[in-house]
Amino acid sequence: MQIPASGPSDATAALCVVFIFLLIFAGIGLAVINTGLGRSRSAAHSMMSSLCVFAVAALVYFLCGFAWQGFAGQPAHVLQIGGKPWSWLGAGPFLFRHAALDGSPASLAALFGMLSAGLAALIPLGSGADRWRLGPCCVSAALLAGWTFPLFAHWVWGGGWLAQLGVNYGLGAGFVDAGGAATIQAVGGVTALSIAWILGARRGKYTRDGMPSAIPGHNSVLVLLGCALALLGWWGLNSAGAIIFNGAGAGDAVLVAINTTLCAAASALTAAAITHARFGKPDASLTANGWIGGLAASSAACVFVIPAEAVAIGVIAGALVVFSVEWFEFRMSVDDPGGAISAHAMGGLWGVLSVGVFAQIPARAAGMAGENASNHQGQWIAQLVGIATLIGFVLPLTYGLNWLLNRVYPQRVSTEGERHGMDLHELGAGAYPEFLTHNEEFTE
Amino acid sequence: MKALGFLLLLAGWAIDLTAVALLVDATPRAAFVLAGIGVEIVGLVLVIRSHLFPRGERE
Repeated sequence: MQIPASGPSDATAALCVVFIFLLIFAGIGLAVINTGLGRSRSAAHSMMSSLCVFAVAALVYFLCGFAWQGFAGQPAHVLQIGGKPWSWLGAGPFLFRHAALDGSPASLAALFGMLSAGLAALIPLGSGADRWRLGPCCVSAALLAGWTFPLFAHWVWGGGWLAQLGVNYGLGAGFVDAGGAATIQAVGGVTALSIAWILGARRGKYTRDGMPSAIPGHNSVLVLLGCALALLGWWGLNSAGAIIFNGAGAGDAVLVAINTTLCAAASALTAAAITHARFGKPDASLTANGWIGGLAASSAACVFVIPAEAVAIGVIAGALVVFSVEWFEFRMSVDDPGGAISAHAMGGLWGVLSVGVFAQIPARAAGMAGENASNHQGQWIAQLVGIATLIGFVLPLTYGLNWLLNRVYPQRVSTEGERHGMDLHELGAGAYPEFLTHNEEFTE
Repeated sequence: MKALGFLLLLAGWAIDLTAVALLVDATPRAAFVLAGIGVEIVGLVLVIRSHLFPRGERE
């Protein structure tokens, strides 16, 4: 998608800053959900990891991430292929020295990107819960925030080749991802899948005949509270993304908030209904995953669909999340305690595809002349190319980086550490010192 | 099997990029983009299978 040349007005920029501030609630929500879905003996470690990962991601993004992400109109490394420019990496200065941090579009993108990188880095903590050591998860977050996230974000938000598919090859408005369904959610989600594969399942998760054992989360109240906090964060995430990268006005935030809420609500209720129909009672953790999956799916098209279409996107997202959680656990032997892969990767990928199915992108947002909606033909191909990039390039990249990291700095905690719990082993104190440690799966 | 799977993932992506860059007509371009995603799915299946443990070896 072409980023509009004119930036937002001062009032819109001020509102956009407030929206970006709300992103921290999305981070808190994810951290609380991951903690609640993990074991009680790893609860303090989970929150500590979230804080450290967010801090590392923010610093690394400041150091080099935004330089490589860039912003439309700023210096970039460009290849000429068939006479068409393929911008593949930003070439700005390190340490945010690109321009004044004064509310300009580039400075808003820098602030938005810093918090988004932290959000993306929190997602893999859900799949690595109860067995991912603190040090390696911080280094992994640095790789994500310093290279993988900025690289893909440049392609989508920095005027890169995916964003230019419309201008260069007539594919609709180019790849569209207003609030980060691909750039944040799917990138974080495929990284979560890589981490789950590299770490392996928790001890006691699978029996000798390959059947998964239920290891329920230790605090459903935290999980459901996290869902409410995440909604607040997603209002900011989607609204700010639509303003910075798609030329939306301040008034469009109303539509974005309505669509985001409806999508999450439809997704959560669909998940609750499916689990009720299948198991006799609604499942709290799957309903929470459905809520997050709906939020993730809402991001890409949040400002380009009508509310009824947002409900349809949410219904499909809710069903997708429930069945994919089961599929990953039973068929793929992937131990994902937080449901991060299903909620963020599957939800995000569906959100990206939903742009091609539902979205009507106005000419101003597509950087085209005229008042009518942009030509929709080819939009779904642009979205498919983005999905192919996430699966065919980002997944091998993030797997390879974490595989190499695992070779030089083992990521999984020792058997003894897993038995004691991450809190005692890595932090020396538990989150709930009055609790007894439950280790029945190690005493059989 | 894992390496071959990741190779197919990259190959599928390369097919998609090539289709976008070289083909002009919408129909063949869409067909090749879908074919590239098909190759990626085959690669993904191989990567998934390489991460499945044989029955009886799990703890």
